[in-house]
Amino acid sequence: MSELSRSAPERAASPAAEAWRMFRRNRPAMLGTAIFLSMLGVVIYGSLFGGDPFEIVWAPQTPPGEDGFVFGTDYLGRSLATGLLVGGAPTMAVGAAAAVLSIFIGVTIGALAGYYGGWVDNLLMRITEFFQVLPALLFAMVLVTLFSPSLVTISTAIGVVMWPQTARLTRAEFLKIRELEYVTAARAIGAGNGRIMWRVILPNALPPLIVSATLTVGVAILFEAGLSFLGLGDPNTMSWGMMIGANREYILDAWWPVTFPGLAIFLTVFSVSLIGDGLNDAFNPKLRER
Amino acid sequence: MDTVVYVARRLFYGLMLMFFVVVLNFVLIRLAPGDPAEVIAGEMGGTTQEILADIRATYGLDKPVATQLAIYLGQVAHGDLGKSFFFDQPVARLIGTRIGATILLVLTAQFLSILIGVVMGVFAARKPNGVVSALVAVFSTLGYALPVFWTGIMLIIVFASWLPIFPVEGMRSARLEGGGFVHVLDVLHHLVLPAVTLAIIFLAQYARLARTSMIEVLGADYIRTARAKGVPERRVVFHHALRNAVLPILTVAGLQFGNLISGALLVETVFNWPGMGTLAFDSILRRDYPTVMGILIIGAAMVVVANILTDLGYRLADPRIRTEGGRR
Repeated sequence: MSELSRSAPERAASPAAEAWRMFRRNRPAMLGTAIFLSMLGVVIYGSLFGGDPFEIVWAPQTPPGEDGFVFGTDYLGRSLATGLLVGGAPTMAVGAAAAVLSIFIGVTIGALAGYYGGWVDNLLMRITEFFQVLPALLFAMVLVTLFSPSLVTISTAIGVVMWPQTARLTRAEFLKIRELEYVTAARAIGAGNGRIMWRVILPNALPPLIVSATLTVGVAILFEAGLSFLGLGDPNTMSWGMMIGANREYILDAWWPVTFPGLAIFLTVFSVSLIGDGLNDAFNPKLRER
Repeated sequence: MDTVVYVARRLFYGLMLMFFVVVLNFVLIRLAPGDPAEVIAGEMGGTTQEILADIRATYGLDKPVATQLAIYLGQVAHGDLGKSFFFDQPVARLIGTRIGATILLVLTAQFLSILIGVVMGVFAARKPNGVVSALVAVFSTLGYALPVFWTGIMLIIVFASWLPIFPVEGMRSARLEGGGFVHVLDVLHHLVLPAVTLAIIFLAQYARLARTSMIEVLGADYIRTARAKGVPERRVVFHHALRNAVLPILTVAGLQFGNLISGALLVETVFNWPGMGTLAFDSILRRDYPTVMGILIIGAAMVVVANILTDLGYRLADPRIRTEGGRR
């Protein structure tokens, strides 16, 4: 850090510390954090000690609670408890990887468009609009089938279809911030374009981007679940979406094999969304009056 | 700007977008591993040399890539989306038999979610800290987090299996006697669960947006003026405020169309609704690429058309845009 920031008065708490303080007092957000951390713990435990979710262990469609199976068994007699433990890992991994990719593309494109303006902005926004015209899930399905499903292709496909919103948001922030005085000041002391974009503007654009990134993770998880539900996930990896898809022919005979994995997906995305809302409130205290 | 000029520009821009969608399709097939002819024929097995030779001739696969692209663009421009080797039918005809069901589902869901969302939002906005406001907040978080295909399955279990009120799947009953009206009712009966499933996810967003936008508008000076003049509160809310508050909802509704089609894809699969979504699902499982690519083109075209219609609707709803002549 520069000399300037080190000599800044100590009494003012940093914006990040202030946001954290508000976040901690926000009960739904803390509930979301707790749920998310528990789900993460279950998923990590499951992928280490969960066992083989494809193994047939008991009579098919054993109701939950019977014969020692807390969640029952599915249409083939596979333990749902094992599936639930193991099946979260691909969902969360793909969700996280896809979100990172989509944020990377979105922020880069949005920042370049917002900062340079003019024909660069025009061209990049046309490309963004083009991607918004393609129905995202359909496009992701096409990508996954053309390039054969694996965790890498699925994450890439989801990342590639999700970035336009991040790009638009980043562009709007950059357009707003590039006119501010501290950006002019940075330019006056000789900072180059790259430095201004990534070291001056981006840090100041971060709060809304962090909120949107959190929500992007949730959407990416739903995407992965949807693809796996359709049978387009990695066939060798058990996932929550795949469990729902595999058992959906039998919903009229057994409700539990589809209900529990869906609840797991819902709880994960729900917790992410609570965290996102909490971050939003923490970064924009003014909005809370609304 | 003159509305005619505006429409012409929008149409031209839409055509440009479609041109690039078709080019993207072309590039994707070439990027896929393997011989394009085999990719187009599908990986069903039983692909004969004759079929492959036929495909190479139709798509000009022995010619330079630029010529291939020109041939492909020419085909699509003439409404020829290729031939599905699995269904043994032209793709355009296949999609033609399915597109109506998808449009019916998507528009019903869109209508339901906007209508209910706006009503909820308006009630919430009148008491920003009241019960309805809290409900809208809870609903919007739920709507964001519910996997749409799972919601559909849960609705089937509850409202078609436990309480057999609605049919489990499909769009029409197999044997039905009576005139046209009975058939219309039958389709509507089948439509309820899929449309509600799809509406639930979007409903929450519209409710939240309507609430924020109403609160903002109700704080405006002209609302205070209207109240001061003694305009009845109902008229202030529904006539003066709502008209301005729906504008951002229109914008979002247009942008949501792509997501709506993505959602419809999953919902159709769950309910076996005979639209483009089930067709896309069937053809993807069979690696029937001409059909899949055709659906991608038509899906994109539907979004382009919806965006143009939304922009026109926006111009009708907000006279200021027409006079200012600026593009948003």
